Amino acid sequence: MKKIINDPSAVVADALKGVEAAHPELKVDHQHKVIYRADTPRGGKVGIISGGGSGHEPLHGGFVGLGMLDAACAGEVFTSPVPDQMVAATKLVDGGAGVLHVVKNYTGDVMNFEMAAELAAAETGVEVISVVTDDDVAVQDSTWTAGRRGVGATVLLEKIAGAAAEQGRSLAEVADVARKVNANGRSMGAALTSCTVPAVGHPTFDLGDDEFEFGVGIHGEPGRQRLKLVGAKELAELLVEPILADLPFASGDAVVAFVNGLGGTPLIELYVLYGEVARILAAHGVTVARSLVGPFITSLDMAGASVTLLKVDDELLGLWDAPVRTPALRWGI
Amino acid sequence: MTNRVTVAALDAWLRAFAGLVAEHEDELSRLDAAIGDADHGANMNRGLTAATAALDALAAGEPPPAAGAVLSRVGMTLISTVGGASGPLFGTFFLRMGTTLGDHETPTVETLAAALRAGLAGVVQRGKAEVGDKTMYDALAPAVEAFEAALAAGEPLAGALAAASKAADDGCTATIPLVARKGRASYLGERSVGHQDPGATTVGLFFRAALDAGIDAAAAGREAG
Repeated sequence: MKKIINDPSAVVADALKGVEAAHPELKVDHQHKVIYRADTPRGGKVGIISGGGSGHEPLHGGFVGLGMLDAACAGEVFTSPVPDQMVAATKLVDGGAGVLHVVKNYTGDVMNFEMAAELAAAETGVEVISVVTDDDVAVQDSTWTAGRRGVGATVLLEKIAGAAAEQGRSLAEVADVARKVNANGRSMGAALTSCTVPAVGHPTFDLGDDEFEFGVGIHGEPGRQRLKLVGAKELAELLVEPILADLPFASGDAVVAFVNGLGGTPLIELYVLYGEVARILAAHGVTVARSLVGPFITSLDMAGASVTLLKVDDELLGLWDAPVRTPALRWGI
Repeated sequence: MTNRVTVAALDAWLRAFAGLVAEHEDELSRLDAAIGDADHGANMNRGLTAATAALDALAAGEPPPAAGAVLSRVGMTLISTVGGASGPLFGTFFLRMGTTLGDHETPTVETLAAALRAGLAGVVQRGKAEVGDKTMYDALAPAVEAFEAALAAGEPLAGALAAASKAADDGCTATIPLVARKGRASYLGERSVGHQDPGATTVGLFFRAALDAGIDAAAAGREAG
């Protein structure tokens, strides 16, 4: 394992020190491992927090700032944060208008956020609404599974719900916008390599030089199928077609097209993939209203990419274009 | 004379559990790598190391802690330190045990059985798992049933714990051919077949720890709280 770290067990704590040093507009509660806006709480504004296992940076801490999250809880690598952390974050951002919890649909995350929402409400009376993202079409949704995973749409949701909160909308309205994003977003990913969890020290799974993992998640958990390596054109088809069929997206729809790197794939390859994705969308008559290309929800050093499509109307597009100033996303300011 | 279990014995059981998880950390993470995300061993070891420290702090206090306080402290510590699904699930298990044991200093073995049953109910409530979902439930439920059955058949505590341990181990092995229907392993569908569930394996270690620690009833004549 070759990593720029001091001690495998201190990676999260050390990274939070770096975040604090790099971004004076943010503060860090090191005890609870919470990154939060220096200007929170803001009276009358709905607070938005998220959180999850570390290793997906910039998600979630890199999205704390004006027009997006008010706070983010960092769990251990690939492990949900614990309720104490979400309770601390909820109290930090509660400006009296309630707090939205953005939760990716993983068993651990859902359980810990549920406990936190109960504890926070019991301790301070704060109103909490949780919105769970589950946009990964790789997982068959059924009563016999934990349901679909929350992946790329989470990034788009945090941006759009953050803009709605910044406009002064109520908690119920912000939650509605968040649910609308989740309902209209779909994702699919593929990994070319495994990732290496620092505390483990070796790759989570083995992949042959000529193989890739199709329908992969963001934790190094194996995907839907192991396939022989293909070129960017064919990979784009494999990723985009199931997404289009699932919502379904139709000719004439406008989308935010998001090509995401999983951490170990260079931007040049993401643009190769984006070009192929754009070509497929054009062939289906789907209009790309906005695009986002880059590593925004990663899986440590995993090579690979995911595609997320979000069907947008004027409301979602207006919120997408609203000003945002965070370490990882900033425009309009 | 009633068969009772002392706080010291419960403390020893929990420490033996922490020791076994530390010893098997890599194995638990390897099992998790096959159908999850390879961190179950590290997470449980981190939580139980913190729980052991909490037990030290409790033991140093005056008056000595009651049985319920010991189990509850372990549960709260796991909820606060483990994360993932294992934190709320194992944490809830010990918290519910603690609630049932209450402020008894030397609960009866029947109270211990009721505590294990309450712990199991807490796990079901939090995780919504059912038999055959390939989860910790598949080791815990048969272990609790075997413990109750052995006590009902007149087995002493040590014998009932041995029966529970065997049932838990059998339950672990029985998860191997199952298709996972809960948690991250469920994403794999049929690909989860052929692997033993890591959470069930940790439950197996919990009951094995009772045997390793030599837990037996104190032939206590002393009436306690």
